[in-house]
Amino acid sequence: MTTLLIAEHDNARLAEATARALTAALEIGGGIHVLVAGRDCAGAAGAAAKLAGVARVLVADDERLAHPLAEPLAALIVAMAGPYDALVAPATTFGKNVMPRVAALLDVAQVSDITAVVAPDTFVRPIYAGNAIETVQSTDAKTVVTVRASAFKPAADGGSAPVEAVGAGAATGEASAFVSAEIPELERPELTSARVIVSGGRAFESAERFRACLEPLADKLGAAIGASRAAVDAGYAANDLQVGQTGKVVAPELYIACGISGAIQHLAGMKDSRVIVAINKDPEAPIFQIADYGLVGDVFELLPELEKAL
Amino acid sequence: MKILVPVKRVIDFNVKVRVKPDGSGVDLANVKMAMNPFDEIAVEEALRLKEAGKAGEVVVVSIGGPEAVETIRTGLAMGADRGILVKTGQPPEPLAVAKALKAVVERESPELVILGKQAIDDDCNQTGQMLAALLGWPQGTFASKLVLEDGAAVVTREIDGGLETVRLALPAVVTTDLRLNEPRYASLPNIMRSKKKPVDEIDAAGLGVDMAPRLKVLKVEAPPARRAGIRVATPAELVDKLKNEAGVL
Repeated sequence: MTTLLIAEHDNARLAEATARALTAALEIGGGIHVLVAGRDCAGAAGAAAKLAGVARVLVADDERLAHPLAEPLAALIVAMAGPYDALVAPATTFGKNVMPRVAALLDVAQVSDITAVVAPDTFVRPIYAGNAIETVQSTDAKTVVTVRASAFKPAADGGSAPVEAVGAGAATGEASAFVSAEIPELERPELTSARVIVSGGRAFESAERFRACLEPLADKLGAAIGASRAAVDAGYAANDLQVGQTGKVVAPELYIACGISGAIQHLAGMKDSRVIVAINKDPEAPIFQIADYGLVGDVFELLPELEKAL
Repeated sequence: MKILVPVKRVIDFNVKVRVKPDGSGVDLANVKMAMNPFDEIAVEEALRLKEAGKAGEVVVVSIGGPEAVETIRTGLAMGADRGILVKTGQPPEPLAVAKALKAVVERESPELVILGKQAIDDDCNQTGQMLAALLGWPQGTFASKLVLEDGAAVVTREIDGGLETVRLALPAVVTTDLRLNEPRYASLPNIMRSKKKPVDEIDAAGLGVDMAPRLKVLKVEAPPARRAGIRVATPAELVDKLKNEAGVL
């Protein structure tokens, strides 16, 4: 069998989620081909070729693929899908956007957000915000799968796969056009690959206090900053910092939840962290039920003390 | 312009779900049900477009058992004009839902379909993208802003690194993210009025689409429980535990 892994990248670099999805693809088995579709994407293609376990890197380099719009990308993937038994992508906003479109055009079901591979056609995935875990078997001729990146370790470097150009003629989709993107420069580790995450909730009362309290602590720990939905909705933090059922799912070594009560939707995004610390003034907050270490008190007093104690 | 809003009946987001002891699924008996929260945002967005004079009619559609009519009534009480219930037996998978919705779109000819980006029960995040694919329409997923202008939908999307804006030629499919709007509560007079609004019922079999499941659910289990840990008294004690007990610092 052969698997096509759809790479997520920004043309220059490969997203780490791609290396994590590769680990899942290797568990599905067979030869792995990686599709790098973009514009001037030799950098990303070179990085894909270095990943251990990749048999071939296929590069579709075309102006229409400069931005990962779902319409041309899905059309291209479907045109290439013939020889492949499985089509795999990370379950990031990139993969979630394009892969269901691919699955529908192929008339097959998609298995979303898998956390384990049981057999080439059988997968484990969380449902109900992670409050139930389902094992499903695909009965279609091809499987289309998106991979929860935090559930798989990134594949290592050490490969040297051949890089081949493929035609991008099938990448049509005039009905959609890229207008603009606002992608702030990251000042600290990316949320989904950080070893430590400091996360804030509604308790911070303003965007200024959210930053003033959490940034010194995150800097000292070399941590990424996350947020609960309440903090994002209140405008204290940007949307791409949201951890939870419908935001980012993370599993760092250490997750420090500050002023977060612990709604089930938030827990769904972080409860697989190795060590969880909760700091909250409400001793009854549900977050304490899953925290390894709980500290009851006011975040405005405790966080500066914690930073000093480190 | 007509807007079609597909809505799903799901377990209420506040309910703690319980897995059935036989591993066949989640226990839904006597559990509070509600409209999928992302679909409420979709209904709200359609209503705001109508109130701004950008849309004429808002039609809510649900695919499911007879009880899904309650979810349609919720949308009508918020202000939608009429409803369509496509009746099915067992809960359909996203691909089957997308096929049924395509058939409804062909009957209704909306210029815009707005629906939630994912349902909070199966967490699939597929139906909108699949519907757009089957119709050959462009898609704007995970929308935090939607502007209609000159035969196009300009959609700002919440993506992993920040925000992306795309321009879609209409007709198009848009899926909602949390920040798009805050849905209204239905007022009592509107709830009363909604009971008189028309709801068409169609049998899924009559749509001539293949609704057969493609996935076999082998088992459903409760997740491994996390043990509650300990309370520490001071930040200094916390740092000591993280260094010497957990070994993460």
